[in-house]
Amino acid sequence: MGYTLNFNLIWRHFDKLWGGLLLSLELAVISIAIGIVIGLVLAVWYVSAGRVVRTIIAAYVEFIRNVPLILLVYLVFYGVPTVIDLAYSAPTSFVVTLSVYSGAYLVEVFRSGLEAVPRGQLDAGKAIGLTPWQRLVHVRLPTMLRITLPALSNTFISLFKDTSIASVISVPELTYGAQWINFNTFRIVEVYLVTTAMYLVTGYALLFALRLVERRFRAAR
Amino acid sequence: MATSSNNSPALLEIAEVSKSFGPVAVLRSVSLQVAKGEVVTIIGPSGSGKTTLLRCVNFLESYDSGSIRIDGKEVGYRDAATRQRRSERDLAAMRAETGMVFQSFNLFPHLTAAGNIMLGLTKVRGKGSAEARAIAEHWLARVGLAHKADSLPAELSGGQQQRVGIARAVAMEPKILLLDEITSALDPELVGEVLAVVKSLAEDGMTMVMVTHEMAFARDASSRIVFMADGGVSAVGPPKEVLAAETTNERLRTFLARFRASHF
Repeated sequence: MGYTLNFNLIWRHFDKLWGGLLLSLELAVISIAIGIVIGLVLAVWYVSAGRVVRTIIAAYVEFIRNVPLILLVYLVFYGVPTVIDLAYSAPTSFVVTLSVYSGAYLVEVFRSGLEAVPRGQLDAGKAIGLTPWQRLVHVRLPTMLRITLPALSNTFISLFKDTSIASVISVPELTYGAQWINFNTFRIVEVYLVTTAMYLVTGYALLFALRLVERRFRAAR
Repeated sequence: MATSSNNSPALLEIAEVSKSFGPVAVLRSVSLQVAKGEVVTIIGPSGSGKTTLLRCVNFLESYDSGSIRIDGKEVGYRDAATRQRRSERDLAAMRAETGMVFQSFNLFPHLTAAGNIMLGLTKVRGKGSAEARAIAEHWLARVGLAHKADSLPAELSGGQQQRVGIARAVAMEPKILLLDEITSALDPELVGEVLAVVKSLAEDGMTMVMVTHEMAFARDASSRIVFMADGGVSAVGPPKEVLAAETTNERLRTFLARFRASHF
């Protein structure tokens, strides 16, 4: 009574997986780009702000980190349009959610990176007469980015995997494509084997590429 | 503003500066005047306030009372009496008038040797990058590192990094150069190359205030030596006087005796 693997049906619908993979990457890239902006702005604000702002930023971070991503996805996709009269597509909704989600994690990454910049470097910046803004841009941020690059890579890889959650609101990314093929061909083992391999290979390729980038920067540490 | 009744107005005037960290007094009414072209060395046991005093001169540290003036201009405060702090922009402009070299070099790790020197020249002095590069190369040659212009700090030895640190400070043409234990983090065999650079700057007439443990260097290179103890100036004078073995200053004698015991 063995189950005979048959990949033919998978290959016939492979465009669903391939298109899905590209969309997954696109969602991850856009989300981390926005997340980086959110994280940077809030982290810089945090380290220079008073207690009220710090508390608000910390609350945002804690909220996001303690609520499951899938719930945030539902909240933004079903909840927000119900409360305020605003229509947007599922992919847009998901990008907003994932950006805000990754932003919260990146605030923490950048904040600790900013605090890890040696005080002596900031003193040196002051001593040559740089203004606070110039010290931030030319001294603190470059060093902080080098410090945080590995954490940034890890966040990106995990965001790429998190895009699979977009399938619950019918965004046609990789996991959604896999589900579609499963429902239409019933080749459940084959389709998830292929999909798993696609996540794995892509994830490793990204990791490899990002580690190369990190190595280029490491000399400057 | 014209306070000095002296015939040679001091470039740096530190007047009755006091500072406490909580209950601990680190500076107790310190006064010191440094004339243009002078090399003043500050010695003393650790914890005596030497480094804190130096860091007050370019306002990396604030102080509780007293006044510090460079060329007659109050450094950290708009007005010494009301202790109204200068704006950050003003402070930056004031700090650009002093150069500082640090114990731990503090080079910017993402910039090359030339880049470290050029940053202040382009951003603070407003020079174009070609001119800044030329100035950087001039000073790198001066400290014997012309061939390292495009090396990152991580690719340089401690002595080389410190020489870049000196070049970065003097390239800004400061009125006064502050040197904070600049050889303390170096391997003994690298100390000489750094001190040689300092000595040549002194010969060029650069005004310097230097905190150091290098007694032989202090003796040979300084116009005056300041001995600090417990946050105050305990002795000040020409090297021969201050380092004399038969000094009547009890604290100084103890310090020198301990120093000779451990270093010779």
